[in-house]
Parts: sequence; structure tokens; C-alpha cells
Amino acid sequence: MVDRSGTPLVEMRDISVSFGGIKAVDHVSIDLFPGEVVGLLGHNGAGKSTLIKCLSGAYRQDTGDIFVNGEKANIENPRDARDYNIETIYQTLALADNLDAASNLFLGRELTTGLGFVNDAAMEAETRKIMGRLNPNFRKFASPVSALSGGQRQSVAIARAVYFEAKILVMDEPTAALGPQETQMVAELIQELKKDGLGIFLIDHDVHQVKRLCDRAAVMKNGELVGIVDVDDVSTDDLLAMIIAGKKPEHLAA
Amino acid sequence: MADASASGTSSKRKSLFQTLEVDTRLLGMVGAFVVVCLMFNFLTDGRFLTPRNIFNLTIQTVSVAIMATGMVFVIVTRHIDLSVGSLLATCSAMMAMTQTAILPGLGLDFGSPLIAPLAILVGVATGAVIGAFQGYLIGYLAIPAFIVTLGGLLVWRNVAWYLTNGQTIGPLDETFQLLGGISGTMGETGSWILGVIAVIVAAVAIWGARRARIAHEFPVKPIWAEFALMIVAAVLILGLVATLNAYEVPERVLARQFEAQGLTVPEGYTQGYGVPYSVLLLIAVAVVMTVVARKTRLGRYIFATGGNPDAAELSGINTRMLTVKVFAIMGVLCALAALVASARLSFHSNDIGTLDELRVIAAAVIGGTALAGGMGTIYGAILGALIMQSLQSGMAMVGVDAPFQNIVVGGVLVLAVLVDIVYRKRTGAK
Ligand SMILES: Nc1ncnc2c1ncn2[C@@H]1O[C@H](COP(=O)(O)OP(=O)(O)OP(=O)(O)O)[C@@H](O)[C@H]1O
Ligand SMILES: [Mg+2]
Repeated sequence: MVDRSGTPLVEMRDISVSFGGIKAVDHVSIDLFPGEVVGLLGHNGAGKSTLIKCLSGAYRQDTGDIFVNGEKANIENPRDARDYNIETIYQTLALADNLDAASNLFLGRELTTGLGFVNDAAMEAETRKIMGRLNPNFRKFASPVSALSGGQRQSVAIARAVYFEAKILVMDEPTAALGPQETQMVAELIQELKKDGLGIFLIDHDVHQVKRLCDRAAVMKNGELVGIVDVDDVSTDDLLAMIIAGKKPEHLAA
Repeated sequence: MADASASGTSSKRKSLFQTLEVDTRLLGMVGAFVVVCLMFNFLTDGRFLTPRNIFNLTIQTVSVAIMATGMVFVIVTRHIDLSVGSLLATCSAMMAMTQTAILPGLGLDFGSPLIAPLAILVGVATGAVIGAFQGYLIGYLAIPAFIVTLGGLLVWRNVAWYLTNGQTIGPLDETFQLLGGISGTMGETGSWILGVIAVIVAAVAIWGARRARIAHEFPVKPIWAEFALMIVAAVLILGLVATLNAYEVPERVLARQFEAQGLTVPEGYTQGYGVPYSVLLLIAVAVVMTVVARKTRLGRYIFATGGNPDAAELSGINTRMLTVKVFAIMGVLCALAALVASARLSFHSNDIGTLDELRVIAAAVIGGTALAGGMGTIYGAILGALIMQSLQSGMAMVGVDAPFQNIVVGGVLVLAVLVDIVYRKRTGAK
């Protein structure tokens, strides 16, 4: 059981984001505790990615505040988010296709030699190590990532997020392109990171996976938060009903 | 997702080029260059490939080639710079005015050894500031580079005009002129030393690359192939040095030099020009730019941004500042090109660098820089500049009318890009 008595690792309070006329995120509040995995569910276009992008620094919320460890965090760009130890696996993966896996993994945080030049050898060695844990079949260290399969690309994006010892991990559909074995490895990885006390936001369309991996599930519909429930209190059918009908199951409704 | 085959080691029969693992793209460009040279040599009854003409070809290429290396960065980040020719003119005007009017006005005599370095410093600063300013407009104010530099094309050409009141400024300082080409060369001995150093560096680089590949468990080519590559590099480098050395200083020039020291030319004495300082400058620029591209964070960010600007931004790269830096580098290179171009003429003229933007962009593109961004090499751009210049001078030597020369050059540019597209489709590269 996750201990939710202390200060939350992350608290997003009353976040709203609109694009022109569309309210992509409409007054959503959500929190995350150390060692907890919170699943985010919702139909396509519900606003899940937009919400977590405020935490990653990719977007700036119109209203609302973000607190990290109880203190108000001013996240204006992805660099700020990294300073708060927030790492993100984007739905679009955010890889530079023309660079190889190691260059992508260390993009923005290159290892350098004493003279200040990028240390490709060291970065590649590290990449081999982490990829060995995530996806042992991965061999294409010399090719640009454009030459990788969808799942291989996703592995690179996951490796990048977990390599830098994040405290808060945001995973936007991390297993969408993965095969069963690789999905299983990511599931194990999530359990491992959870034990280390990380907080993880996991966006996923698979309610079974959410029920298996997450402690709580937050459901969004049309930019609004339908509710946050303990996964042990609901069935997968309840979750589906929340996603589709946008209503909390009756036995939990206040 | 299992993927055991490391890049293309599985095929049993390999062509010679595959064994040597030379970049086939580079090979194609070199091939095109050789064909152009041989063709003109045939059409001019052997006048094209004389030491004298090769010497001229190299010094004519330098100015455009220097700027082309910077254009690689600009195009790789998905921008364009149409203002380089005009910026060259403004930098040239600043340097000319500094050395002929401003510094003498401050009490520095003509011929003072300080004049050239100070003038160059002013020129480089001018280029950097103007480049950075254009980069700011593009990166921070989000005005498309095409528009900013199209404006710059008009603005800087005419700023140059105002700086000099439309006059031709010259003659330029003697030391300054050393970077113009024929007026400043390393001599035979110096050139040989340079050549030998270059050969050693090339050999060490080839060997170092091999060791790095072994350390990374990447496949390596056979030892004999490495040595073959080293020998090819040595022959090319020393061949160029020998050719530049073989271009001899004319007797009357020698006579004047000896006279100046109160001597007479000994019987049978000859002296070769050797490698011009301007070519040395180009080599230095090429080395620095290549190191920046491959070995620094800045270079990594330039290519990452070109490959996927959103990913770069999300990885915490300040892509706006990056744009400023890229255009500032372009500005500095325009200043160096202005130095070489005006020193070669020995004066500053209003039309200096006119249409250079097109030559520079063409050189980068012929050299394999993809306008879609994310791809390009420094050596490719220099080779592109050399190909363009060979075409131009070759046609002039054959006696092709000036308008027709431009028609050919324009056609070649389009053709080169078409060939590149076909090549990439065939090889499956993106
Ligand atoms: N950059 C943008 N500009 C304009 N509208 C946007 C932008 N990004 C998202 N939207 C809109 O905001 C809404 C929420 O999008 P979001 O990407 O957050 O959905 P999502 O829940 O992640 O969906 P999916 O499951 O398909 O990934 C959608 O209506 C979308 O069209
Ligand atoms: Mg999404």
C-alpha cells in the first residue's frame, strides 16, 4: 500500500489549458505520492497528454499551480522540469531521427571529455548498459534512430527517461508500440522504479494494464476530471464505464 | 524487435568500395569533380590542369568555401541565409574603412603591423554582431529566416555602400593582402612541411577511427583497406602540395624581390609559390567547423534541432539561442570570406560578394546538405564550392559566353539535387 499521509511528490491544482476556443484541460487537480503509480485514462483527445505536458514544461498552464514536494514549482520549459527531476516519455517519443540511440539518450545532457568535447565512447557504453536492461535484443547502436522499428524507438525514449534518476516519471503511452516481451519488461521496470520511491504518471488506454500496474486511476473526459479511484475498489468494467460515460461508479459516488 | 544483424555485415560478396567503406556519396562528388576537370582539360588542350590554373582555382574557391561551411549549419537547422554576399560586403567595407581611414586617423601609420589584425578584428566583430542580430530576429521573434535574410540582402549591401560613400577603397594594407592568395604563400619548404603534417594527421585519424570502432565492437574493415585509404590520402595531400609548389614565381617578380634587398637573381634560380595563406585559413576553418559539428555539444544540438526541432526543445535545448549562435557563426565566416575576397582584389569595391549567396547555398546543397534539415557535411560543402568554381572557370577558359555560364551553373545545381534524391532513394537513406 502506498502511504499517502505525507506531502505529495507532485500536486497539480486546478490546471486549465485551452487552445484557442478548445478547453483541452478544464480545472483538473491531481496528485502523486512517492512510490505510487497513477494511471491516466480517457478517450482520444480527453486532454491527458496536455495535462502532463504542463508538468514536463512543454506547455504552460493558463491557470492553476504545480507543487513539487509541497513547494510551488515554476516550470516554464523542459529544462526547468528536468531541474525538478521530472522526466518524460512523450507520446511522440521526441527523438531526433538523424542521430543514433546514444546521442538521443544523452541529448541536452551529453557526457563530455576533460576538454569539453562530447564523449561518444562513454555515452555509447552507458547506452549499451541501460538498453541491456530494457531491451536486450537491441543492437543498432550505430544507426540513426530513423532506421529503428517503432518499438525500438520507444525503448530508446524509455531508456532516456529512466537513465537520469528521475524522481517523477511521466510516461505517455510508453508501451503503445511494444511487443509482449518488451511490454512485460517495462511493467517490471515500473515495479522496480516504484520500489525505489519514484512517482509515476502512466497514461495508457489498456484498462487491464492500468489495473495491474497502477495504484490509482484518474479518468478524464473532454478535458474534465471524471474522478480518481483506487484501482482495488473498481473493476475494469467500472473503469471503462468511467471513460465512456464519464461517471463515477455508483458504489464510489459520494 | 530482435535484430541481430549489425549494419550490413551479412552480405558475403562486397564491392571494393564497400570493403574500403568510403562514403559513396563523397565518392560520387569526387567523381563528378574529376570528370569536370578532365573534360575542361581536354577542351582547353591541357591548360585546365596546369599548376597555374589549379593554384588559381584554389584561391578563387576559398571565399565561397569558407561561407559554405557556415551555410551547412544554417541549412541543417532548417534555415537559409540569403544575406551572406551582402554581409560580406559590409564586413569588407568595415575592414577597408578601418585600415584606410579610421586607424590612420587615430595615429597609426600606414604599414604599421597593427593595422591588419585590428582591421580583421573589426570585420569579424561586425560579422558576428550582424549575424547574431539576424539570428535574434529569426530565433526569438520567429520571423522566417528567408524573410530576415532577404531583407538583409538589401540592407547590408547598401549599408556597405554608405560606409564607403560608394567609393572603391584601396589599396589595402600590405599585411592584410597576405591573405588574398597569390600575394601571400607559404613557399616550397613551408608547404612540404604542412603537407607532411597533414599526412600524419590523416593517418592518425584513420587509425584512431579504427581503434574506436574496435572498442565499440563495430565491424572494421581489413587492415590493408585502412592502409590503402592512408595512401590515397597521402597521395592527394602531397599531390596538391607538389602542384601548388610547381607553380613558379615569374622571373620578373623574383627579380623585383631580390632587387628590393639589393641582390640579383642567381642564374637558374626558381621559386614555387606553394600553399597560399588563404587556403591555410580555409583548412583551419574546415577543421574547426568539422570539430564543432562532430565533437561539441553545439554541433550535436545543431543536428538534433535540424532532425527534429520539437524533440530538441523537449530535450531542454534552447533552440532560440542556438539559432542566434548559428547565424553569428555564419556572420563571422562572412567576415573571414570578406577578408580573403578583398585581400585578393587588393581593394574593397561596392559589388564585392554580389551573388555569393547563391554560390554559397549551391555549394552547400551540391555538397549534400539537405534543405529538409538535419544532414550535411563540412567537407561536402567545400567540395561543392570547388566543383562550382571549376565549372565557372573552366567555362570561362573555354570561352563560353557569360550568360551561358550561368545557365549551365543553374542547371547543374538542379541536376545535382535530383541526382542526390535518386541516390538516397536507391540506398534507402533518408
Ligand atoms: N498544440 C495543440 N494545438 C491545438 N489543440 C491541441 C493541441 N494539443 C492538443 N490539442 C487539443 O487538445 C485536446 C486534448 O488533446 P490531448 O493530446 O491532451 O489528448 P489525449 O487525451 O492525450 O488524447 P490521445 O489519447 O489521443 O493521446 C484535443 O482536443 C486536441 O485536439
Ligand atoms: Mg495523448
